[in-house]
Amino acid sequence: MKVKEKIIEGLLLLCGTIGVFTTVGIIWVLLSESIGFFTRVSIWDFFTDTQWTPLFTEKHFGILPLISGTLLTTLIAITVALPLGLSIAVYLNEYAPKKFRHYVKPCLEILAAVPTVVYGYFALMVVTPILQKFFPEMSGFNALSAGVVMGIMIIPLISSLSEDALFAVPKSLREASYGMGATRFQTSFKVLVPEASSGIIVSVILAISRAIGETMIVAIAAGQQPRLTFNPMVPIETITTYIVQVSMGDVARGSIEYQTIFAAGLTLFALTFLLNNLSFWIKKRFQEKYE
Amino acid sequence: MYKLRSENVNVHYGDFHAIKDVSLDVEKNSVTAFIGPSGCGKSTFLRLYNRMNDYIEGFKKTGKIYFDDVEIYDSKIHIEGLRKKIGMVFQKPNPFPKSIYENVVYGLRIQGMKNKKMLDEVVENSLKRVALWDEVKDDLKKSAFALSGGQQQRLCIARTLAVEPSVLLMDEPTSALDPISTAKLEELIYELKQNFTIIIVTHNMQQAARISDKTAFFYLGELVELNDTKEIFTNPKKERTQNYITGRFG
Amino acid sequence: MNNSKINQLKDNAFKYFGIGCTLFGILVLGYFLVNIAIEGIARINWQFITSLPSRIPGKAGILPALIGTLWILGLTAVIAIPIGVGAGIYLEEYAKKNRLNNILEINITNLAGVPSIIYGLLGLEIFSRIMSMGGSLLAGASTLSLLILPIIIVATRESLKAVPKSLREASFALGATKWQTTWMQILPASSGGIVTGVILALSRAIGETAPLIVIGALAYVPFVPSSPTDEFTVMPIQIFNWISRPQKGFIINSAAAILVLLLVTFLMNGIAVYLRNRWQKKVKW
Repeated sequence: MKVKEKIIEGLLLLCGTIGVFTTVGIIWVLLSESIGFFTRVSIWDFFTDTQWTPLFTEKHFGILPLISGTLLTTLIAITVALPLGLSIAVYLNEYAPKKFRHYVKPCLEILAAVPTVVYGYFALMVVTPILQKFFPEMSGFNALSAGVVMGIMIIPLISSLSEDALFAVPKSLREASYGMGATRFQTSFKVLVPEASSGIIVSVILAISRAIGETMIVAIAAGQQPRLTFNPMVPIETITTYIVQVSMGDVARGSIEYQTIFAAGLTLFALTFLLNNLSFWIKKRFQEKYE
Repeated sequence: MYKLRSENVNVHYGDFHAIKDVSLDVEKNSVTAFIGPSGCGKSTFLRLYNRMNDYIEGFKKTGKIYFDDVEIYDSKIHIEGLRKKIGMVFQKPNPFPKSIYENVVYGLRIQGMKNKKMLDEVVENSLKRVALWDEVKDDLKKSAFALSGGQQQRLCIARTLAVEPSVLLMDEPTSALDPISTAKLEELIYELKQNFTIIIVTHNMQQAARISDKTAFFYLGELVELNDTKEIFTNPKKERTQNYITGRFG
Repeated sequence: MNNSKINQLKDNAFKYFGIGCTLFGILVLGYFLVNIAIEGIARINWQFITSLPSRIPGKAGILPALIGTLWILGLTAVIAIPIGVGAGIYLEEYAKKNRLNNILEINITNLAGVPSIIYGLLGLEIFSRIMSMGGSLLAGASTLSLLILPIIIVATRESLKAVPKSLREASFALGATKWQTTWMQILPASSGGIVTGVILALSRAIGETAPLIVIGALAYVPFVPSSPTDEFTVMPIQIFNWISRPQKGFIINSAAAILVLLLVTFLMNGIAVYLRNRWQKKVKW
C-alpha cells in the first residue's frame, strides 16, 4: 500500500516537472542553434545591419527590419485594443446590467477562441479591401489591416483582465466616491482606473506579448518583405512570419538559413519573456498593495 | 483502564502555540466532552487523536499520545490503519457526493472489500445503529445530498461505524442541526457509549452536561480542568471554569 | 448648463459609448462571419468533405486535412490529458509549499505566455529531429500537447481548489490514503471543471497552425493519414495554403474550409461553456 502510494506520488511529480523540462528544452534548443548562427554572424551585425536577406544570394542578417515589422503590427493592434478593451472593462464593471454582462462576456470570449488563421483570412480578404477604399495607395499586404484585426482579436484579453483589476478595487473607495456625489463616469475614471492602473498595465503588457508572438494573421496579411519602416501601408515581415516562411520552404538542417529561424526565435522568446516577467513583477507589487 | 492517554502535549502552528502542555486520559466506553471558548484548542486537541492536523501547514507536536498503549505519532504507525480504529464526525455534515449506499461502504471499499452480500449487511447494520435504516432503506441509491441535515449527520456517523472503530471523535456534531435532530443525535451518542469511547467537542454546555461522563475545560490552549461532568458543572475547582460555565466569558 | 448637468451628460454619454465598444468587437466578428458564410457556404458539399486536394479548385477537398485534424485532436488528448491532469493534481494536492514547487508553479505561468511558434521550434528539434519523428502526426501532437499543458494544468488546479476541505477530511478520517481520496472523491467531484478546461485546451490545439508548419507538417497531402507515424496536414494549414493561392476558386475553398473549422471550434467551445455552467450550478457545497 505504502509502496503504491509512493509510486503514484513519484509519477505525479514527474508530470509536475514537465513544465521545467519544456522550459529547459526551449532555452536549450534556441541557444544551441543560435550559437551556431552567431559563430557565423556577429552579434553586432545582427543588431545593427538594416537588412534581412538570409534567403538571397547576397546575405544580410540584420534583425532590425523584422523587429520593426513586429513592433509596427503590435503597436497598431494595441492602439485598437486598448481604448476598446478598457472602455468595455469600465462599462461592464460599473454600468452594465447584470444580465447584459452575463450574455456579453461569453460572446467576447468567442473573439479569442477563433483560430488565428481565420483572422488572417479576414485581414486579407475583408479588411484590406475596405481600407483600400480609403487609402487607394495601400498595397494588398500591409501592416495596418493585420494590426487592426489582431487588435480586435486581443480585445477580450485586455477587457477581461482590466475588468478583474477594476473589480478588485476595494468597495470602500468606490462608495466614498459615490458618497461625495460623483457620477459613475467620474468614479470610474478618477478613482477606479487610477487605482487599478497596475492591473490594467499588466493586461496591456500581456496583450503586447501576445501580439508580438502572433503568427498567422501577419503571415497571411502583412506580407513577407522585411523592411525597416513604420509605414503601415506597405508589406513588411515580422519575426514570426519569417519563421513560417522558412519552414514552408526546404532548408537543410545545419545550413545558415536553418539557423536563422532559431536566432529569430530566440529574439522573439527574449522579447516575450521580458514582457511576461515584467507583468509578473508589476502584478506581485500590486497584490502586496492590498495585503 | 484508559483508552487514550496523552502526556505533556504541545502543538505549534508556525509561531502560534496552540496546545500548551496538556496531559489528559480518556476512559474506555465513556463520553468525554471538550468545552471552552472558540480558539481554545479543543478541536485541535481532538484532531490529534486521528492525526488530522498532519496536513496543516507548519504543524508541530511534542509530547506523547497513546491509543491502547501504542504511541500514535510513532514513525512506524500506519496512519490509515489508525484512522480506521479512531473514527471522526465533523462539525458540518460532510457526506460524499454519492449515493447513501456508497457513502456507507466507502471505508470498506478503500480497504478492498468487494463482497456484495457483506457490504449490503454492513449498510443495513450501520444505518440501523444510527436509526436511519427505516427512513432510507428504500432510497439507498439516492444521493446523500437529498437527506436533511440531521439525516446527513447520522449518515456520516453510520459511515464511520461501518469500518468498526473503537473510538469516535465528534467535532461539534450538532452545531449545524436543528433542535429535534440534535436531540436525536444526543440519544444516539448515549446508546453508542456502550460500545465506543466517545470524545465530543461542543460549544453547548447544556449538551456537555446532558451527555458526557467527563468534561474537560480548555482555555487558551491549556487544559484548565478535567473532572466528572457533574463536578465540573456543580462544583468547579478552578475560577476560570467557574467563570466560563456561568457565562461570564466565552 | 451647470457643472452637475455636464457631469450627468458625460456619464450618460459614456454609457452609450461603452455599449458601443462592447458590441463593436462582436459586431465586427459577426460581419466577418456573415462575409465568410456568403463566400463559402455554397462550396460545402459531400464532394468537398470527401475529396483529396487538387490543382483544380472545384475538385479539391479537405478529407486529408479533416482526418489529420481529428488524428491530432485524439493524439493530443491522449498525451496531454494524463500529464496535464497529473501535474495539476501534484501541484494542488501533493506539493508542499517549498521553493522547488514554487519554481514549478512560476514556470507553468511563464510557459503559458510563450508564443506558439516557439513551441514549433522546440518540437522541430526535439521530436522531429532528435527523436526522429519527422513531420509525423505524433510529432505534431506531442508539440501541441506541450503547448496546451499549461491550460490543462491551470484548469485542473482551479477545479481541485473548488473542492471543499471537508470532503478530503471525511475521506481521510475513514482511513483512505491520499491517492484513494484523490482518485475516488476529489477527482470525481472536480471532473466538471477539468473536462471544461480540457475541451477548451483541445479546441485551442486544433486551431493552431504555426507550430505544425514549423515542425514540418505538409501543405499538400494527397493521402489520408492512417497511423501516428504518417505525415499529415490539418485544417488550418490547408486553409493557409488555399488563402495563399491567387485563384478565386481557392479563396472560396478556404472560406468553406474555415466554416468547417469554425463549426468544430464553436461546437467544442459551446460544449465547454455548457458544462461549465452546469458544473457551477451543481457545485454548491
